[in-house]
Amino acid sequence: MPPPSVPEPGAAGARSYANPYLAGVGLGVVLLCSFLLAGRGLGVVGAIRTLTGDAMRLLFPAHVAANPFYADERIATPFAARYWIVFEVAGLILGAWLSAWLAGRVRTQITHGPRIGDAGRMGYALVGGGIMGFGAALARGCTSGLALSGGALLGVGSWVFMLALFAGGYAAAWFVRRQWI
Amino acid sequence: MDLTFPIGQGAGLPAPITLGLALLLGIGFGAALERGGLGDGRKLSGQFYLRDLTVFKVMFTAIVTAMLGLYLLEWAGMLDRAALLAPPTYLLPQLAGGLVFGVGFVTAGYCPGTSCVAGMSGRLDGFAALVGMLAGMVVFGESYPMLEHFSGKTPMPDATLPGLLNLPDGLVAGGVALLALAAFMLIERFEAGRR
Repeated sequence: MPPPSVPEPGAAGARSYANPYLAGVGLGVVLLCSFLLAGRGLGVVGAIRTLTGDAMRLLFPAHVAANPFYADERIATPFAARYWIVFEVAGLILGAWLSAWLAGRVRTQITHGPRIGDAGRMGYALVGGGIMGFGAALARGCTSGLALSGGALLGVGSWVFMLALFAGGYAAAWFVRRQWI
Repeated sequence: MDLTFPIGQGAGLPAPITLGLALLLGIGFGAALERGGLGDGRKLSGQFYLRDLTVFKVMFTAIVTAMLGLYLLEWAGMLDRAALLAPPTYLLPQLAGGLVFGVGFVTAGYCPGTSCVAGMSGRLDGFAALVGMLAGMVVFGESYPMLEHFSGKTPMPDATLPGLLNLPDGLVAGGVALLALAAFMLIERFEAGRR
């Protein structure tokens, strides 16, 4: 079996990534604009939760009627407030694609280290995503909405979540190292 | 000048403008993540093997930038901080959720936002992480009747670090900025030593 391809980030004419501090300032300015113009921070998992809730209510109305997880989703709030985060994530998807495309970085591939195949890596991504979705639902937010946005507001829960997520990541890193190093 | 932020308090702007603004801010958000290299699972996971500290650098630079901007505007009397929608604190569920989330992060190689960025860069593992996330959300929703009690524990909705430490907001913000700066300097020395 040939070794799985491990392309360098700058492979095939793609531009190299920006300085991380510069990208961080850019991200911080977008976050600040979000607070100043929209009165709220950025988020991602809230959009998944909103869409999941709406899909479940649509598909299994009887099943979810008794479950407060779906009911507690501020259904009464106006559409623009409830779907704000969905539009923001639609923008995130568009902006990420535009940025990657302009830099010549859009390329179909599966990202992994040299010691694992494509299928194995997809399995890890799927399972890891599942664990993460569960954790984000429990914490009521993710790296963007809770850690980043709430972190800038110095919220206690945000900083606790941030420390806990790094602790969990470092604790588990050794067990999943095969896919990266 | 009596310009006071935030200007777009939900009801304050017509829905199309509110949602158009969300789309525009999202575009900036996605572009910033992509430019920083945070759509690449190897860069993200590198954080947990101390091989690539881009995640830490981007994340804390962004937090400090936004935090200082907010404090400067508040100090200038141009920001009504109470009007900002802040994520509420639920101490124990956020501690537990954070631990679980971190395990998922290093396993998936992406967090929710960066898996979108990865997917849009053509990385199929980014899409796999997103599919997993949807499933994880549904599993949580289905087990909610069992988890509801724990999920609502230790609510401290408006708790902030300055409030907890009983220190002035500006002092804590300055402290966080200085800590981040010190961490960046340490990281740069550590990385220079490895080259």
